[in-house]
Amino acid sequence: MLKLLKFLKKSVIAVLLIILLLWLQAWADLSLPDFTSKIVNEGIQQAALNPNEETTGFILNTGFQMLGVALVSMACAILIIFLSSKVAAKLGKNLREKVFKKVLSFSRSELTEFSTASLITRSTNDIQQIQQLITMMFRVIFYAPIMGIGAFIKVSTQSDNSMAWIIGVAILAILFIIGTLFIIAMPKFKKLQSLIDKINLVSREILNGIPVIRAFNKEKREEKRFDEANLNLKKTNVFVSRTMSLMFPLLMFIMNSIMILIIWNGGHGVDEGILQVGDMMAFIQYTMQILISFLFISMLSIMLPRAAVSAKRINEILETEPSIKDKEITKEFDSTKKGLVEFKNVSFRYPDADTEILEDINFTARPGETTAIIGSTGSGKSTIVNLIPRFYDVTEGEILVDGVNIKEVKQKDLRDIIGLVPQKGVLFSGTIESNIKYSDENMSDDIMKEAAQIAQATEFIESKSNKYQDKIAQSGNNVSGGQKQRLAIARAIAKNPEIFVFDDSFSALDFKTDSKLREALSTKTKNKTVIIVAQRISTILNADQIIVLEEGKVVGIGKHEELMKNNETYRQIALSQLSEKELGGDV
Amino acid sequence: MPGPMGKQKVVVKPKNFKKTAKKLFKEYLSQYKGRLLIVLLFTIASTVFTIVGPKILGNATTEIFNGLVSKFTGGAGIDFSVIGQILLTLLVLYIISTLFSVIQGFTMTSVVQNLTYKLRNELAQKINKLPMNYFDKKTNGEVLSIITNDIDTLSMNLDQSVTQVLSSLCTIIGILIMMFTISWEMTLISLIILPVSGILVGIIAKKSQKFFKKQQDYLGHVNGKVEEIYGGLNIVKAFNGEEKAIQKFKKQNDELYKAGWKAQFLSGLMHPLMNFIANIGYVGVAVAGGYFAINGRITVGNIQSFIQYNRQFTQPIGQIAQVSSMIQSMMAAAERIFEFLEEAEEVKTLNGITDTSNVKGSIEFKHVKFGYSSEKIVINDFNAKVKPGQKIAIVGPTGAGKTTMVKLLMRFYDVLDGEILVDGKNIKEFDRGELRKTFGMVLQDTWLFSGTVQENIKYGREDATDDEIIKAAQAAHVHHFIKTLPNGYKSILNEETSNVSAGQKQLLTIARVILADPKILILDEATSSIDTRTELQIQSAMDNLMKGRTSFIIAHRLSTIKNADLILVMNHGDIVEQGHHEELLAKNGFYAELYNSQFEDCNDEIE
Repeated sequence: MLKLLKFLKKSVIAVLLIILLLWLQAWADLSLPDFTSKIVNEGIQQAALNPNEETTGFILNTGFQMLGVALVSMACAILIIFLSSKVAAKLGKNLREKVFKKVLSFSRSELTEFSTASLITRSTNDIQQIQQLITMMFRVIFYAPIMGIGAFIKVSTQSDNSMAWIIGVAILAILFIIGTLFIIAMPKFKKLQSLIDKINLVSREILNGIPVIRAFNKEKREEKRFDEANLNLKKTNVFVSRTMSLMFPLLMFIMNSIMILIIWNGGHGVDEGILQVGDMMAFIQYTMQILISFLFISMLSIMLPRAAVSAKRINEILETEPSIKDKEITKEFDSTKKGLVEFKNVSFRYPDADTEILEDINFTARPGETTAIIGSTGSGKSTIVNLIPRFYDVTEGEILVDGVNIKEVKQKDLRDIIGLVPQKGVLFSGTIESNIKYSDENMSDDIMKEAAQIAQATEFIESKSNKYQDKIAQSGNNVSGGQKQRLAIARAIAKNPEIFVFDDSFSALDFKTDSKLREALSTKTKNKTVIIVAQRISTILNADQIIVLEEGKVVGIGKHEELMKNNETYRQIALSQLSEKELGGDV
Repeated sequence: MPGPMGKQKVVVKPKNFKKTAKKLFKEYLSQYKGRLLIVLLFTIASTVFTIVGPKILGNATTEIFNGLVSKFTGGAGIDFSVIGQILLTLLVLYIISTLFSVIQGFTMTSVVQNLTYKLRNELAQKINKLPMNYFDKKTNGEVLSIITNDIDTLSMNLDQSVTQVLSSLCTIIGILIMMFTISWEMTLISLIILPVSGILVGIIAKKSQKFFKKQQDYLGHVNGKVEEIYGGLNIVKAFNGEEKAIQKFKKQNDELYKAGWKAQFLSGLMHPLMNFIANIGYVGVAVAGGYFAINGRITVGNIQSFIQYNRQFTQPIGQIAQVSSMIQSMMAAAERIFEFLEEAEEVKTLNGITDTSNVKGSIEFKHVKFGYSSEKIVINDFNAKVKPGQKIAIVGPTGAGKTTMVKLLMRFYDVLDGEILVDGKNIKEFDRGELRKTFGMVLQDTWLFSGTVQENIKYGREDATDDEIIKAAQAAHVHHFIKTLPNGYKSILNEETSNVSAGQKQLLTIARVILADPKILILDEATSSIDTRTELQIQSAMDNLMKGRTSFIIAHRLSTIKNADLILVMNHGDIVEQGHHEELLAKNGFYAELYNSQFEDCNDEIE
């Protein structure tokens, strides 16, 4: 929590001003009882002792002064709220931006470590929690101690400070109670969060598994599993709420007992002639004001632990350094080797995995050629694709692009020459145009239209009411899977990169579109390096070289005919897909 | 007061407040009648004690004041025995009051937590009782939000609102009575502030509501942006779109900032304004009190009591304003919960056949007619007879209604007309759960729950031995893979398991079905997430699995179903052809077209 306060640095002047205003407000609030005391001491008491003296004017006069002070207090409070709303909103804004930027710098490793879903909640809900707390912080959490200290100073510097110790005792007792309750409840608060997560997890699993649960007739088992999580949550909830429900009555009790103490002590003071009755009454009101401001803190008791957890989660993001960074001194690409990709003894393992997913991979993908990668599920095809744009760093060996190790160049330069089409078409909210022109907003419409043409997307784009200006919803949720995929392909083509990387990108297309698209693409990619990961053998039949992967190793490189002859793995894959017609015999 | 919590949000109002409130109290809270009565009594009692306190305290002050005055005028001075007695009474009063409110708090917590526990369980059980078509209309996210958000809102607000409404009402009434007993003139002065603060609360609440709504909208935009960019981060990076994303984010973030601080500021204004009004009352009381005291109409202690009452008086008013919006959103949440709980359930089969151990697996479809809605009939008049152990394939293009047949068999949906017989008995005569147990199902979307690999396989049969589990895993060709996991069969699978591929997950679910050993098997595009080569590898295991069992295979790869005993060809929801492979090819109809088309361009899939 405290670490996040450094983000208030930019608003230092506003914060100082708020604190100053808080003191002023405390002073105003604390001087109101003085006037009551004046009314009693100099108004009523005088009148009672000297019945002939006229004191009504004095009382009225004092009343007007009181109103003035109340106005000052209100003005301070409004200014404080104005400033603290701004400061808190600004803090939220800055935090949001910082976290967003940080996440954008993360590589895939950090992304999987946190999980995208968790990063989203951290960037949204958690920051919102903090922002709310900060607004409250100035008005309530800061105010109570200032009020306490102010009252204590005021009382101790008065001519008669015989009762100052009572306020000291009151404040200590309050702090003791709040502190103890928090110490008791805090560990359970932390547990509460994980129990809520657990309930959510179980609910989500039940909802996603409805057909399976019913097919296995396991409703009772799932209900039991849910009940367990639910019961745990209930028990912890009861404990936490009960602990917190003690706070209010206990603080009220302290407040009331302190008043009894004041009257008893004050009575003796009055009797001995060292205290006036009005002063004693003022004293009671100081105590009340202090206690009420502390009571507000107790109302925040639900927010505080939650915000502390949120703060920790945000900090975790901010403190994580991306594992892939540009070197300080970077190299330039060798421009004579237009798009040459070389894998040299590349091995890779995922951060927490025991075994290598890729082992000793060697191949070269040349400009003007199509390199296809094929293999079973889990053989590491997609991992190779993720290594080329440096979403992960290789564990061993090196990847060279245009003759330079990709760790030596700027990530931006590397990605500038790669056109990636992912397995699942990912689009962004905006228009069809903004999506195709994603690599360069200033791209000409001709290039955009040509790209759409090659990607076989023209037909459906033209059928839309606004053509290229048609809106794309968040994450492209308003277009079909096949359309998304075609737009994603168009986006990569429009970029005109040196290296094309297709990660199983044609699977969402029907075979006619698939073949048409590949035909149109072949002219566009004549001088480019093309790397295709595929499931369908038909997609890669004509590739210049086919790399066959099995369990993370290259088991064969060659053309289709060669591999059919001498590569058992490839033959098996082909046999499982190709027709008898094609292979000339029964399977 | 509405200010301090600052948690004011856009209040969603319930559609039918009365109905929901009635249900909440009659059906749920009434179970806790005894405890709620305790809450009620103890709240009233502890409030009464708190209210009487200041008056008695005032008496002590008056006693001191009078003693002082009498001392100056030659009287006896302050009588400390009287003061001591008053204070002691007070102390006892306060201890009892504290005890009461602690008891009240504890009881209320138990009511609220037990109620939410119960409701959550009811919701979870309800999910299992709803007919499948409910989930065609509602997304999982919506249902999840009821279990988490709505229940949360209900429990939080119920806990706070009930106690606060009670104590606020008691406080207001009690304080009014006390004030009137002291001085009606001064009470009137205090009351003048009531309508003023009421109007003020109304104006500010209305104004800030507008900004809160705006803030909520912008927050939605920003969150949407975050979701989209994080979800597509690969692409953002591949196209060097980071800078662009940041620029767009900044713009939306800035708008959120502007709406955000205004909403906070406006709603925060309530606190100082109310405070000022309270202070006016305070000044009025002090001045008038002083005047009346001089006239001897009230005592000095009365002024002190009055000041205390006045401070306590404004608080509950603000609270009630806040509580009313709390109750609104609580009722809206309760309404959604109840609506879900009231959804029509799958009809239970009374006295259904519960012993399915002797089911042989013959199935007959007789004039089956079905549609997801009565206007759109998907299956018109389907007839087929399946002998035990036969292999039935259902083929057809996407959207032809292939899975519908399966859903009917398992009674996820009921036929509109005609009947389906298992071993000669209408499936409606079976207990639903027992009927489903006779089926083994492998679906396109795998489903594993968080737990160990072993637990997931065991899901098919809880009493299976370790040996049987390993055998099932071997048969599904997944044993080797499990062995490579860090903890073997004890490895934990969770939502974000990234080292288990879709194909491997599918193999695990196949192992689960193999272990369950069902009479009838349903494979719904089971191998579509597995690559063709792996599929070939497990085909033998699948063949073993299907031996001696009636099997339904839904596939779009036709090569796998050539040897089926019966092939049902579906198109546009109708069974257009049926027979076995050669028969259908000879017909040269839709099936033949379908079969041949996959070899054009050497393609194996039909989209």
